[in-house]
Amino acid sequence: MTTKLPAKDVVIIGLGWTGSILAHELTEAGLDVIAIERGPWRNTATNFAPNYAQDELRYRIRHELFLQPAQTTFTFRNKMDQNALPIRSWGAFMPPNGVGGGGVHWNAETWRFLPSDFVLRTHLTQRYGAKFLPQDMSIQDWGVSYDDLEPHYDRFEYLCGTSGTAGNLNGQIQPGGNPFEGPRSRPYPTPAQQQPFSHALFGKAAAELGYKPFPQPSGNLSQAYTNPLNVRMGPCTYCGFCEWFGCGNYSKASPQTTLLPVLMRKANFEARDLCEVTRINTDSTGKRATGVTFVDASGNEYEQPADLVILSAFTIFNVQLLLLSKIGTPYDPLSNKGVVGRNFTHQTISDVESFFDKSKFNFNPFIASGAIGMCIDEFNGDNFDHGPHGFVGGGYMGQVQTGGRPIQTTPVPPGTPRWGAKWKDAVRDNYLSALKPGTGVHGSMYSYRDVYMDLDPTYRDRFNRPLARITMDFHDNEIKQNAFLTDKFAEVFHAMGAQQVHKIYRKAPYDVTEYQTTHLCGGAIMGTDPKTSAVNRYSQSWDVPNLFVMGASNFPQNAGYNPTGTLAALAFWSAQAIRSRYLKNPGPLVHA
Amino acid sequence: MAPPSRRDVLLGTAFVLIGDAASKAGVVRGQLPWHANAGSPPQPITQSGWLFFTADEAAAVEAIADRIIPPDPNTPGGKDAGCAVYIDRQLIGSFGTSADLYTRAPFVTGTQQQGPQSPDPPAVAYRKSLAALDRYCRAQEGKPFAELPAGRQDQLLSGLEAGSVQLEGSDGKAFFGMLLKNMQEGFFADPIYGGNKDMCGWKMIGYPGAHYDYRDWIGRHNERYPHAPVSIAGRPDWTPKQA
Amino acid sequence: MSTSAARVSLVALLAWLMLSSSARVQGATFGASDRQDFAQIERGRYLTRVADCVACHAGADGTPFAGGRPIETPFGMLRASNITPDGATGIGTWSDAQFDAAIRGGRMPDGSRVYPAMPYPYYTKMSRNDVLAIRAYLNTVPPAHHEVMSNQLPFPYKMRSLMAVWDALYFKEGEFREDASKSPEWNRGAYLVEGPGHCGACHTPKTSLGGDELKHAYQGYALQGWFAPDITDSEDVGLGRWSPTDIVEYLKGGHNKYSAASGPMGEEVVDSSSRWTEADLQAIAEYLKGLPAQREASRPLAGGDPVMTAGAAIYWDACSACHKADGSGVPYLFPDIAHAPSVASREPTTLIRVVLQGAETAATDEEPTGPQMPAFGWQLTDAQVAAVVTYIRNSWSHAAPPVSEREVRAARTSLALDR
Repeated sequence: MTTKLPAKDVVIIGLGWTGSILAHELTEAGLDVIAIERGPWRNTATNFAPNYAQDELRYRIRHELFLQPAQTTFTFRNKMDQNALPIRSWGAFMPPNGVGGGGVHWNAETWRFLPSDFVLRTHLTQRYGAKFLPQDMSIQDWGVSYDDLEPHYDRFEYLCGTSGTAGNLNGQIQPGGNPFEGPRSRPYPTPAQQQPFSHALFGKAAAELGYKPFPQPSGNLSQAYTNPLNVRMGPCTYCGFCEWFGCGNYSKASPQTTLLPVLMRKANFEARDLCEVTRINTDSTGKRATGVTFVDASGNEYEQPADLVILSAFTIFNVQLLLLSKIGTPYDPLSNKGVVGRNFTHQTISDVESFFDKSKFNFNPFIASGAIGMCIDEFNGDNFDHGPHGFVGGGYMGQVQTGGRPIQTTPVPPGTPRWGAKWKDAVRDNYLSALKPGTGVHGSMYSYRDVYMDLDPTYRDRFNRPLARITMDFHDNEIKQNAFLTDKFAEVFHAMGAQQVHKIYRKAPYDVTEYQTTHLCGGAIMGTDPKTSAVNRYSQSWDVPNLFVMGASNFPQNAGYNPTGTLAALAFWSAQAIRSRYLKNPGPLVHA
Repeated sequence: MAPPSRRDVLLGTAFVLIGDAASKAGVVRGQLPWHANAGSPPQPITQSGWLFFTADEAAAVEAIADRIIPPDPNTPGGKDAGCAVYIDRQLIGSFGTSADLYTRAPFVTGTQQQGPQSPDPPAVAYRKSLAALDRYCRAQEGKPFAELPAGRQDQLLSGLEAGSVQLEGSDGKAFFGMLLKNMQEGFFADPIYGGNKDMCGWKMIGYPGAHYDYRDWIGRHNERYPHAPVSIAGRPDWTPKQA
Repeated sequence: MSTSAARVSLVALLAWLMLSSSARVQGATFGASDRQDFAQIERGRYLTRVADCVACHAGADGTPFAGGRPIETPFGMLRASNITPDGATGIGTWSDAQFDAAIRGGRMPDGSRVYPAMPYPYYTKMSRNDVLAIRAYLNTVPPAHHEVMSNQLPFPYKMRSLMAVWDALYFKEGEFREDASKSPEWNRGAYLVEGPGHCGACHTPKTSLGGDELKHAYQGYALQGWFAPDITDSEDVGLGRWSPTDIVEYLKGGHNKYSAASGPMGEEVVDSSSRWTEADLQAIAEYLKGLPAQREASRPLAGGDPVMTAGAAIYWDACSACHKADGSGVPYLFPDIAHAPSVASREPTTLIRVVLQGAETAATDEEPTGPQMPAFGWQLTDAQVAAVVTYIRNSWSHAAPPVSEREVRAARTSLALDR
């Protein structure tokens, strides 16, 4: 029996970064808002206290802060002619769960996309000609520009207190920053973090090779900070327990540390945790959302009516809920028709391990933060001439090693046995003088016709709903891109003085057991044409105008940067459109 | 703030009442939720003995531990480091039962890229595989694994790793992969989980453990960090020395 | 009495009655509370905040002032009364004089004495006008029909007549008298602190019968697992290092660069002082800064003491990531324990409790962050808690008696019972 709750103005599905931003903005506009979060409440001092957060086994190996596959998961296959099987235990990515979402356990690497990333098809076609792009590459322009988003990137960075060195201030290139970045209107709110030894050494060697290294923009703050909402944050202590972990001392930007203290005090905001939304309800026309149905931890079903629905449940769940709620036409790769599930992407990651003379180099890899590192952007986006190379896309690269937690960080030179006395000796001899950046090459993944999401025909969740199905493999373009970038990356480690450099290229087929960031994107993409996109440039559903779909599911393809900065900027941009235009005149904001 | 609770007060003007913002179960509003003893700090392993392994299984696992991580003059091997104890405690918990994983049927073997699809949770896999290993050793050598010479043990383990030693009724290669992972976890995880005894794994490599503040070290490039490691359960210097 | 004198008396009496009743109808000119005087009601609303009536008299289910909240005493349970204007179960039928007598005289309308859980020994200092303003405001609160059995003390404590003894010892009835030699601001601060603010109820040490030890006024008092610190001008244990601005920030926002309000004081800030006017807070700061410190000589424990060495090791691993190696913390986020007054308090109650159980600090409009301290009780043994608390109390600028393992064990037990 479903209990119908009193109506609210807004229901928000998922209280992560975009859910929190929208909740804040819409409560500021005076609306009555409820957020429904599938996972538990999380609080710094109780759930990631600095006396037990630093537990590699619990949080990195058993991923306790993340969604447990027992609650729900997805199925996966490389190619359309395979049967998809459930991801029974996470590997390639780790979906978030709980208040704060991915914002709790991200590395806080806070990047902006390039201006050219937003007009990718136009830009690449103009520069290289349409024939340069693979025929089945389905990249698109977004419909929104870097200039549209700049003030919102700025807003997010100042909310978080992001630590960095500006590279382009209003068109003027600044020394020490990223010379390739789009113009920013003002400097970062706090200075860049300090760099440990190996990270600084990479920067030095990169500069000597002619690159322009710069500190990675970091949501782990270099100093105490008070944000525009008067919320206080502390300085990062370089503990080396960042990604996968909650921050114990209020120094990593998250919804908890930047927004929730203010949001919770509002009389017009309410949150329910441990409640899973199972459906977005629509009226008989199918063109108007009436609210959501959700189930609490006891199995009781509720209906939450609302005038405005914000779907901010993480990429894959956004797409799954749209499909299950029959909103938008599901994508069919064979006919190339439909939009929900189209243009699903991940990231093209590789690593280089290097081994140095232990009598000369002592790296203390355990001293690090999540967004530490000197990076170079010469090979990102279209920052270099791709003509001679036969691929498009790229990524930043850097010595971005975020810690030295030993279960995962015992690099040994190639050829070392995997166990036994020789292994033990090699681990001991190399721990302090070897480097393993992790996601050292952080390359783009562009979109393709046969890489997509839909619903699985066989496997179901605890509510007997079909699991989301991912069909994904690498294409030649990304493999070539990665080989090129990895070779360039390795050169820097040679220049640093490594005795041995071990390149670990990314190879097809895409393997769901190897961690490659959780930067899953697309599936409910933004665009200018309702035939090839699910939402318009304000993240508003083309099909259901009182539904907005937030997050990286908007991205028509993924760029060579971490997605959070961009999805947060889009959230602020959408919120502004909702407040200044939609609320006054509910209806489609864009007429295609 | 904290829920109403019993309060002692002297008769007089001094007293304390604790108020509580009215909240319905499941709905959070008004302030960040907090109460004393919220959160879930870990329970360090203190109990001795085997909770999952039989004595024979334990003997085999300890012997395997000492081959995967052999003892040397500087650092204990896997057995003395407690790797088998670590695995024993993991197997009676949610890791052993795959309680947190997706365990719905149908179970179909897929490609390597599709990840593990076995219906056997680790506790079952260990039991089956250790039994199969025991049968194999007794059949081939007339002795259980633990009583074989170290060189022979290494050969058997290499065979499992390569797939050339087949265990009846169990995937030997997958079992070895899991063993390797679990052993190395046990050696390097926080000692509260039963392994890495006295932080020997951390001491071996120079890893400081659960220390959380390196602001005074961030600028000290290429300098050896000299301090002893600390576990979530602390370190010996935390307890005052008796005079 | 002659007929003519009696006639005069009768006329006078009648005249007085008529004038009184017309005063009730027309306005507050004769000192009565009047439902219709907007200014008086607003003033009463503010004073109700200052006196923090809601801390006890809030209804158990949230109905304003409906009473019923339990107050445990070692002698039994009291319940705060219903002070809404309900005729049957509240104070709707009380006259203003009866209301005043309860607040400032500790007397119920039937003549029995109020238990001093109601802080009438402090409220006695309030002016009649202020009390009547509170009455005027309370009269505007929706009447709530809610029967409260106020007194559930067992015999013989239920006998309010026993309070006669207590009152004789500790109740000095009488309105606040200004000190002409001090500034108007100081006097306002004194009035607020000693009267409606009733700060001494927590911050002044008590005798064994629960009355104020006036010669140690405001020098701190342990109650219910917290130590309300010294708020005199002592540099070591009081507000000596704090500027008036620091005091105002703390009372208004719950945080200043040294310290954070948590526990009962956190509630006080959220319910009461965060809503006081800036002028009143500054007056209080001036008054508090004028309270002389008691000089207590103390020498810190030597660093080589084994307890200090252990405490230093724990501090470095477990505390410095927030409070920093030098104890200075982060202003408005992590208290500056190198300088915070509660650290070196005469009794370490608060420090032990906060280390064992963690704490939640006040979140206000000024300071919405509400940072929380994690719990260490599950992680540290009694000896380790004693060591690190001793270390903190004897480091940087502090010198205080060491804390024993036994004290920590007792605190742990009483906190566990306190669920």
